[in-house]
Parts: sequence; structure tokens; C-alpha cells
Amino acid sequence: MIEIRDLHKSYKMGSNSLHVLKGINFSVQEGELVAIMGSSGSGKSTLLNILGMLDELDEGTYSLDGVPIANLNETKAANYRNKFLGFVFQSFNLINYKNAMENVALPLYYQRVGRKERQEKALKYLEQVGLREWADHLPSELSGGQKQRVAIARAMAAEPKVLLADEPTGALDSKTSYEVMDLIQKINDDGNTILVVTHEEDIAHMCKRIVHLKDGVILEDKKVEQVRAQQYVQ
Amino acid sequence: MFDIERWQEIFDTIRKNKLRTFLTGLSVASGIFILVILLGFGQGMQNGIAKEFENDASTRFGFWTNSTSKAYKGLNAGRPIQMRNENFDYLENKYGDVLDAKSGVFRVWGALINYKKETGSYRVEGVTPSFQMLENQYMISGRFLNFDDLKGKLKVAVISNKIKNELFKNEEDALNKYVQIAGINFKVVGIYGDPSERDENRIVMPISTAQAVFNGADRVNNMYFTMKPVENFEEAVQQSMAVTDQMKTYLKETHTVAPDDESAIGSFNTLEEAKRFYTLIDNIKLFFWIVGVFTIIAGVVGVSNIMLIVVKERTREIGIRKALGAKPWSIVGMILLEAIFVTTIAGFSGLIFSMGLLEFVGPHIEVDYLLNPSVNFNVALATVFVLIFAGVFAGFFPAWKAANIHTIDALRHE
Repeated sequence: MIEIRDLHKSYKMGSNSLHVLKGINFSVQEGELVAIMGSSGSGKSTLLNILGMLDELDEGTYSLDGVPIANLNETKAANYRNKFLGFVFQSFNLINYKNAMENVALPLYYQRVGRKERQEKALKYLEQVGLREWADHLPSELSGGQKQRVAIARAMAAEPKVLLADEPTGALDSKTSYEVMDLIQKINDDGNTILVVTHEEDIAHMCKRIVHLKDGVILEDKKVEQVRAQQYVQ
Repeated sequence: MFDIERWQEIFDTIRKNKLRTFLTGLSVASGIFILVILLGFGQGMQNGIAKEFENDASTRFGFWTNSTSKAYKGLNAGRPIQMRNENFDYLENKYGDVLDAKSGVFRVWGALINYKKETGSYRVEGVTPSFQMLENQYMISGRFLNFDDLKGKLKVAVISNKIKNELFKNEEDALNKYVQIAGINFKVVGIYGDPSERDENRIVMPISTAQAVFNGADRVNNMYFTMKPVENFEEAVQQSMAVTDQMKTYLKETHTVAPDDESAIGSFNTLEEAKRFYTLIDNIKLFFWIVGVFTIIAGVVGVSNIMLIVVKERTREIGIRKALGAKPWSIVGMILLEAIFVTTIAGFSGLIFSMGLLEFVGPHIEVDYLLNPSVNFNVALATVFVLIFAGVFAGFFPAWKAANIHTIDALRHE
């Protein structure tokens, strides 16, 4: 599903250049649930941003679902993002003047889905994350966990090939974190490919594979026994 | 542009950002409102001044006399000057080609007017038949003086409607009845009205009669003329002023008045005054335009400012939308269409409100030199479009910039 060869990325900070990713080789199969771990500054978020086409790579190749991702302009990137990717962010990134249902329906608007169908689909995905009755509420009326579940519903609504989650539990307490992870595991159980960036050991172990990043290189890439979040959620 | 989905999205945004929308709209609407009202008042002043000049023939000019103020050719200062019939006849002949109406006036002082038991005191003036044109008088019944009256020195008089009401209190008709002017019977041949009520205090009779009956010999108190119409206003003013000057020079020469003696022969020229007023109106209108244009500029700056803030405020939202698959152009389109929609609606409400105000309140304004303020609809419409265009122009660059920020930077924006 994802194929990365020899990826380099550096940032210019004034006169200094900060080499963040130093030759990453990495691939993800369909249906995997991968945790990308590392301390801050290890380059894990940069990697995810490049995977999400939110940022450009300097060197190397990247192909997504067999499509080589290169020479991106904003329009092309927008197209790929809309077709291939769903995002979940640490800070939720819901649009504050739209209610939960409208937030979930937004990617469908950019897929040119009709208004009625958008709303039906949005309600369906809200139902899946257990927030059907919160559809009319604004983000400001939701708790952190609820916001993140709305964000996950929004990411899923576009039916992406890959779901990219950047510290999805970073702003949540551990109980809500487990609820969110439980939801992510269930989505993965349905066959969706998911990448989760995290620096929390317990969250990482709820995935099926852990990629350990340090100083811009992959330190370790191992499959793990998945810890089900379900048991912590009562 | 006419994608219904897109408009629904825009209406959603507008509905949920009422304050922002209201503020944008207010600056646009007030800009248009102020401009239209200013332009309306400019027009109103023009109308008002034009009306002030309606009372008398607008190309009228004339002469009167006084005592000399300077000694000249051995004659003392303080010598009274008196115009004569021959002066009038000379001028009438010499400038016959360009003159239209002309009349000498012989004024009868202190004459009492009687009809049966009613008595009144009015101005009694001997004039020529074309005096009617000079004063813009209109006939209510009967006729004005004619040349037969003048030639035959007939004892006929034309009185105003006001005098008729005062003297002929209970009688339906005053025509062909006799009024006594200083004890002499005059037949009323016509009733006139005058646009200015002030001027209805006057009884007119043939100048020849007045001079003969009231011991006037060949004396003339005033002379009034109008020029034949000329297409071009500037030309008319020039010509009329030139003729006025030449006539004045002639009068000074024949009466041995020093050329620089301004008090012996007095003159006025309505066109010259009118020109001064029209220049004043032009200046006032120009001033209003300048104020109006600056108001519009202030409106444009207001709109631009709001657009800048809107774009900045929405940078994160733009990032989110782009992460969800929005293309840069759809972002620019979204922001601009919203701006166009708000400025259009607000601009037209300002336009309609101010035009409505002028339409309904304008005709009821009763102030001197201000009449029926109104505005050219096309001009007002054009300003609305200028404002919309300016708003779009001002909004485009920040919108374009925001749409092309790296998505990841937009998302980090606080």
C-alpha cells in the first residue's frame, strides 16, 4: 500500500539546515496497523506529513497504492489527499462553526457528493463512532474524546485507502485515549490500513507493528502482539 | 460559480459568522449610503438654486440711475441722472438684433387705487407689452398690454390676482371694470399671476399713458432687457455681459458721467449672477464628489481590512479544508464568493435605503436653495460595482496567499 525508498528531508532554519529524515526505507501492506514511535525531534511527524502529502520530500521515492507520488502541486496533492487519505490530528482540527455532522460531511463535499447523500453518510459514520445523537452539536460542546471520535469519523467518511493519525491521543487522558484506540482498532479490524504516530509506549503496543524512529533513521521495525484497548474500556 | 453545492456551503458560512458578515456589510452599506445622500444633496442644491432664478426671466439685465459720485467735464458730483425715452429708443434700435424682450419702466409714486369703497396702495408702473416676458408673468384672465394701448396712450391697467382679490372682494369678475388710480379711471383689461408673490404687488399700464397722465414727460426710471436665446450657456453669458457693458457705456456718455463712476448708472445681469451660482454649485458638487469618493475609499479599505482579517482568521480552517482535499482555487473561490455576496447585498441595501430616503423624504424638504434632492441611479449603481470590485480585488491576494500556504503551516496557524 505504501512504499518508501531512501527518503530524505531537511528544513532550512535561517542559515542552518536541519536534516530531519536521513534515508528512510519503509513499506506498509494493506490492513496493517502501524505505530511510528520516537521522541520529539525524531522525525516521526515529518514522516507522517510526507506520507500525507502535507509536506514535500527532498529525495527518494514514495508510491501510494501503486501510484507514484511525485511532482506534487497543491491541486494534485489535494486530489490525492481527498482520494487516498484520511487524517486524524492531535488537536482534532474540527471546523468550529460547523456541527459534528457537517464536519464529518466536509471531505465528501470536496468529493462532490450531493448534500443529501453527504448528510446520510456523515450520520452513518457518526453512528459508527457512537456519536449519532451528538450530530447537531458544535465542537465546542463536545469533550476531547468526542471531538477526536468526530475527527475519526470525518477521516473515515471519505473512505480513504490509508488513515494517518498524528498523536491521536496526545491531547487526551488515558481513559479516553483507550476509547479512541479501541475505535482505531475496530476500524483496522474492518480491513483499513492505519498509521499512528505516537510517543506513548502503551498506545504503540495497541498497534500490530512498531516502527521506532530516532534522529531521522529507523532504529527498529518489529511486529508486536496487539494489546486490545477494549479491556480498558468499560 | 452557479454550483448550488458551493453556494450552500457559502450560505452556511455566512449564517454561522453573523458578526463578521454584519461588519463587512455595514462598512459597504454605509459607504454607499453616504455617497448617495451627498450626491443627492448636490443635485438638490442645484435644483433649489435653479428654482430661485425661475422667478424672473433668467437672461434679464437692466439699468437704474442715481446721482453721480464724481465730478466730470466741469459738472459737479451729486448731480442726479435721469434716463429718457430717447435713451431707451436708441438702445432698442441699436441692439434690436440681439434683444428679445425690452421695457422701460416709469414708476408712479404714492398713488392710491380705489374700486368702489375699497382702497389699496400698490406699485404702479408704466411698462411696454414685453414686460410680461421680463417678469415671467402669466395671464389668469383677459390680456396683457399691447401695442395699441401703448400707441394710443389708453387708460388701461393690468392688475395681479392678489390685487383683484383685495379690491374686488365680492365680485366675480374684474375685467372691463374701472379702477381709480390717483383719481383717474383705468379700465382693467387683464389679471396676471407671478411666480413670486412679492411681484404681485404691482399694477401695470402702458408707459406712454403713465408718462402722460402722471406728469412723467419722457422720464424712464428703469430699463429691462432680455437677450435672444443662445444655445451655449457660456456664450450667452459672454454676449449678455458685453451688451450690458456697451449699454452702460452709452448711458454714461450721453449723460456725461465719468467712465469710472459706478454709482450714477447701476446695472444688474441675471446671467452673470446665475453663472456665479452655477460655478458655486459646480464647486459644491465637486466637493461632495470628493467627500463621496473618499467615503468609498474608506469603505474599500474597510472591506479590504475585513478580508485580510477573515483570511487570517480562517487560515487554520483553510488548512483543514485542504487536508480534506480542497484545491487552492476552491478556497479562493469560497472566500471571494462570500465577499462578493456580502458586499453585493450590503451595497444594494445601502443603495436602496438611501435612494428610498431621497425618494420619500426629498420632496418634503422645504429649505431655500435645496429642492428635491435626487441622484442619478446609474452613478449610484456604478459605485456599488466599484465597491464590489474593490472588495474582490482586495480579498483576492490574501485569499490566494492563504490558499497556497503549505497545508501543514496552515494547520499549525493559531
